[in-house]
Amino acid sequence: MERIEAFEIIEPGILTTIQDLGRYGFSQFGVPPSGSSDTFSLRVGNLLVGNREEEACLEITIMGLKIKALREVVIAITGGDLSPLLNEEPLEMWRTHLLVEGDVISFKKVRTGCRAYLCVSGGLVVPKIMGSSSTYLSGKFGGFEGRALRRGDILYTLDIPPSLDKLGLRFPSDSIPPLEKGVLLRVIPGPQDHHFTEKGFNTFSSEYYQVTPQCDRMGVRLQGPKIERRSDVEESIISEGLTSGAIQVPGDGKPIIILTELVTGGYTKIATIISTDLPKVAQFKPGNQVRFKPVSIEEAHSLLREQEERLKGFKKIILESSTCKPR
Amino acid sequence: MGLYSKTLYFLMGDRGLLLEFGDEISREINEKVRRMALAIQAEAIEGIIETVPTYRSLLIIYNPTALPIEDFKKRLELIEQGLRQTPLPEPKLTHIPVVYGGFYGPDLEGVAKYLQSSPEEVIRLHCSQPYLIYMIGFMPGFPYMGELPQALVIPRLKTPRLIVPKGSVAIAQRQTGIYSMESPGGWQILGRTPVELFDPEKHPPALLQMGDFVQFYSVTEKEFENWSE
Repeated sequence: MERIEAFEIIEPGILTTIQDLGRYGFSQFGVPPSGSSDTFSLRVGNLLVGNREEEACLEITIMGLKIKALREVVIAITGGDLSPLLNEEPLEMWRTHLLVEGDVISFKKVRTGCRAYLCVSGGLVVPKIMGSSSTYLSGKFGGFEGRALRRGDILYTLDIPPSLDKLGLRFPSDSIPPLEKGVLLRVIPGPQDHHFTEKGFNTFSSEYYQVTPQCDRMGVRLQGPKIERRSDVEESIISEGLTSGAIQVPGDGKPIIILTELVTGGYTKIATIISTDLPKVAQFKPGNQVRFKPVSIEEAHSLLREQEERLKGFKKIILESSTCKPR
Repeated sequence: MGLYSKTLYFLMGDRGLLLEFGDEISREINEKVRRMALAIQAEAIEGIIETVPTYRSLLIIYNPTALPIEDFKKRLELIEQGLRQTPLPEPKLTHIPVVYGGFYGPDLEGVAKYLQSSPEEVIRLHCSQPYLIYMIGFMPGFPYMGELPQALVIPRLKTPRLIVPKGSVAIAQRQTGIYSMESPGGWQILGRTPVELFDPEKHPPALLQMGDFVQFYSVTEKEFENWSE
């Protein structure tokens, strides 16, 4: 299928990249997954506009992005609320909208969260690298020429008629994950929880931690009470694989949450955030307060099944909307 | 302790399972990691998203809604029982040219001094044997290799560099590696190679792979600057 011009970047904002659900199967070559950490918002955005849920979209950070539509397109904006505007008028999130040529979408300021996702019917088309359209910023490949978007960049979509039958569709507001001020993150202890004292683990699972300005697509550094480790184990471990949500505790006793741009590491990991809570981490900004609560693997899996059931139900509604509504 | 008689299973969240085969860097443990990774790939189990083989452990990322964890663990135990039958591919030896010292190897002099040796002797030792690639990690295409001769063992830099140039060949403790991309880093830089270690457009994208071997050899600055692959 042919690709066609969809948007021009008027202002790139603080950081805007192209992301999908990540690049898997290449970590044996040292390639991290990249992709979005708020996979929930990305998937819902794509479903709203009639895409497959893994399609590439824009990940918009904090503020400043301004883009112009170069043709008629159907879009949806999900994720953190960065006050999206359509031609300077507020634009409702978590629903589909039709843009016509010349329409301008801009993101004025953060209200809640940190990252928004703009999905377009037909997806964003970039050359796939190792099967994925995700931008890997520190590796300088994937997405749009391996980099953040700049003024004047042109984004392409597939040359298919926009799915007008999806217009006005909304994602049920009671299913949108809330972004509380003091976020509770559920974790599964380990793999190296036994490297910490009981007191240290209690500190970790009861105290508040604050998000520092060192927070990007690789990880989120936290400030707070020092987590005490056992004196009879070494501070570092032999390098091993990492996954998004793993919480490393280096020598200074301050936790770091790993996100999608790292593949291996040699710090001890006290716990790992469960996958249904990981989208909250993508929405952190410096100053946010967080707390950790250990849960069992059974509870984590049952929460994940519930989420997948909800998404499945939503997919059904979307499919029905295509057959019932006249185009 | 070395290789565990019973492999340890750790949870890394609700989608990660970490199999730990031993508690040290050794060829025996690393070979088991590799054998297990290959055996799992060969089984093509539905629901496995990613395997991350490293020095002494194997991280498996899986989709728990497609692959319930108890079934998954049982399957892995069965695979492990049949592991001795898993053949390993013949190891490949790659020769890597290095220009040692000077502008390209800023730590060579310091390393020689620390080891109470000479730069020439450090180069000779570094090129004296092929090294096993234990894993690729830290960044795309970066090989962790070893073991260095005992006479080359040196700690990491006290203060890591903010920028280590791409191609830098470096050592730390019993390990040697090559920075496949520019990055911050704390290893002692002996020299630089003109060889491209990673190309995202190629398949496989990394020049070197776990389980293969690297032999370094010394080239002149002129040879380095005129290098073409």
